[in-house]
Amino acid sequence: MRRSLCAVLLLAAGAAAQTKGTANLTGNADNGKRLFLKNACYQCHGLAGQGGLAGARLAQTKLAQAAFVAYVRNPAPGGMPPYRAKVMSDQELADVWAFIKTLPEPPAVASVPIP
Amino acid sequence: MPQSSKRPVGRRGFLKGATAGAAAIVAQTSVAMAQQAGTTVAAAAASTAPPAIEVSSNSRPGSDFMVDVIKSLGIEYCAANPGSSFRGLHESIITYGGNVNPELLTCTHEESSAAMAHGYAKIEGKPMMIMAHGTVGLQHASMAIYNCYADRVPMIVVLGNILDINYRRGSAEWYHSVQDAAAMVRDYIKWDDTPISLGHFAESLVRGYNIAMTPPLEPVVIVADGELQEQPIKEKSPRIPKLVASAPPQGDSGAVAEAAKLLLSAENPVIVTARLARTPKGIDLLVELAELLQARVHDQRMRMNFPSAHPLYARPNYDPLAPNISDADVVLALEAQELWSLTHRMTPLNRFGMETQSTLKPGAKVISISAIELNHKSNYQDFGRYVEVDLKITGDAEATLPALIEQVKHQMTADRRRAIQERGAKTAAANRQLHEHIREAAAVAWDASPISTARLTAEVWAQVKNEDWSLVSNDRYPSYWPTRLWNFSKHYQYIGAQGAAGIGYGAPAAVGAALANRKHGRLTINIQPDGDLNYAPGVLWTAAHHQIPLLTIMHNNRAYHQERMYVQMMGNRLDRGIDRSDIGTALKDPNIDYAMMAKTYGMYGEGPITDPKDLAPAIRGGIERVKKGEPALIDVVTQPR
Ligand code: HEC
Repeated sequence: MRRSLCAVLLLAAGAAAQTKGTANLTGNADNGKRLFLKNACYQCHGLAGQGGLAGARLAQTKLAQAAFVAYVRNPAPGGMPPYRAKVMSDQELADVWAFIKTLPEPPAVASVPIP
Repeated sequence: MPQSSKRPVGRRGFLKGATAGAAAIVAQTSVAMAQQAGTTVAAAAASTAPPAIEVSSNSRPGSDFMVDVIKSLGIEYCAANPGSSFRGLHESIITYGGNVNPELLTCTHEESSAAMAHGYAKIEGKPMMIMAHGTVGLQHASMAIYNCYADRVPMIVVLGNILDINYRRGSAEWYHSVQDAAAMVRDYIKWDDTPISLGHFAESLVRGYNIAMTPPLEPVVIVADGELQEQPIKEKSPRIPKLVASAPPQGDSGAVAEAAKLLLSAENPVIVTARLARTPKGIDLLVELAELLQARVHDQRMRMNFPSAHPLYARPNYDPLAPNISDADVVLALEAQELWSLTHRMTPLNRFGMETQSTLKPGAKVISISAIELNHKSNYQDFGRYVEVDLKITGDAEATLPALIEQVKHQMTADRRRAIQERGAKTAAANRQLHEHIREAAAVAWDASPISTARLTAEVWAQVKNEDWSLVSNDRYPSYWPTRLWNFSKHYQYIGAQGAAGIGYGAPAAVGAALANRKHGRLTINIQPDGDLNYAPGVLWTAAHHQIPLLTIMHNNRAYHQERMYVQMMGNRLDRGIDRSDIGTALKDPNIDYAMMAKTYGMYGEGPITDPKDLAPAIRGGIERVKKGEPALIDVVTQPR
């Protein structure tokens, strides 16, 4: 709750505009899952993209692919490290985005024992 | 099984024929033991069936008298891994002392002894004793003593040592002897002494107890010389001085009035605290102050300071889901932890640079009340960065709150009261909204395997919420979910963290806390990180052996995950890939079987649990065992955080 989702979207949109040539790529979710582990996204965001102490929730992200890639390249100056093309290509990030899109919707809060 | 209920017999035959003189000495010393009538051997002998122990004045060892001193302080337990340099004291505790008050607890590592004492004191509000060799034992115990010191917790450390070279036998006793035993830990204890007579020992132990219990609370060390322990008492009726508790240091009254003025004139005062509640009374006082001011309370949770369901509870400031303090115009820091980090932001570790920025709004005033500067040391840097506060009050915050509350009441006007009530209503509304957001966040990854820490926490809560429970583990590792979801209100329901972030504290501190909870019949829960347990897992055996009821639920992420993130951050800032951060940080290949480990140490173990649906029945099974008076461990394979 440190910053509104709105602010993130704006920021991401701004960053996306600066990243030329991020066309809509066809993402491979299986490869994305592998890369999500290999490139340590899970360490902060959780294996199920649930977020936590060290990273924001990614499951059910509202970011479109281009905005997602742009954010990862040039994140808000908080705890999220920038991942440059040298480390992860746009295609690889598109794969990660596709994987995140497969993460299941959470159950309704009232249907589970959450105090 | 502890032998506490059995009367010692061994010494009796051995010392046959020695009678009248011994009775006289026991009587004399017990007269001086005014502070703890009923706990001495003499008093116990008079009130219970077994006859008084027959010893002679010339064969009663010094360690018997040392036990009288220890008993006079009402110390319930003494944890130790056995060691030759305190064999005399060991024998006196279990035989002459009847192995009660203190009862000897068998530990498999001195770090466990010290961390157990640390956890015990945070529940019971008074110190426990540990014994260790002045050399190799203290070397093992030292990290746990540092944690205890940094966490401002009292502990009585008694070290065995043989000072006189003429009294050392064999090479081991040379390796185990030292000129100045306490030197190794002097940087992180409050006081120490090396007594050279029994009267000196008595005075120093009583003085040490008083020092340890005067804020800031910290460990003390007394060296029990081997010869003094083992040789017959030579001194003519050594005396045990009376223990007098010091009134805690209170802040200056003028400064307290000034603080009240600042708080009352503020539009949005915020209270932050880490270790305010030294006693249960601290919670009540903080509630009273917060309600008077309708100021929200950011609890850094190094103790149970403030009820988590209170509308003014604002969660730990470092929880990413909590509001920050940048809207405050006055910050009242009460025994806060590392005030500088609380009020500043730095370049994150995964980027180059060391830029710092205040997180306070321009013109915001900071008031600090803390006793910690009464015992600053130089070498270890636990004091943190110097903070330019506007009003610094040196004094124990809990002891100072009554005066501050009085001042706030005294200076309150009708106008201010109206404005303050409006502020409170806004905070409460924001809090309700935040709680809904937290509940939604907890549902994400509900069915994931490895199991999410939110699910784990919610499932444990469902099973313990109607019990008299006590959570004795640091809830930072499971991403603060307990603090976010559970209803904490009593002082023993949460005891904070290591103090100096020294890992290996968790398991033994939980056993010590459970030991303190045992006589109160509380259900003690420990959400146990796997990395921490592997430092000295033998403490599980101590829990089983001494029948300490404790439910351990593994937060088994199969890694030293914090360190793995640090390695990943280094890789990220260098732009050279982070796919190797498992090397040196992961605890897999092979996986460690914690249920098997528990069984090996003689306690109930279940798991590994990987399907969240199996959690509730497993936790229920564990609770059943614990309610029978034994420890139980459930291994849960979890998300990293
Ligand atoms: C060191 C921890 C860390 C790692 C590793 C990490 N992130 Fe993040 N991430 C964060 C944090 C913290 C935030 C929130 C940033 C903020 O609020 O300043 C974030 C935010 C994000 C966001 C924006 C989410 C939103 O909607 O607000 C995306 C997208 C993201 N991360 C993707 C990734 C991907 C993909 C990876 C791996 C390639 C990754 N992150 C690795 C910590 C991390």
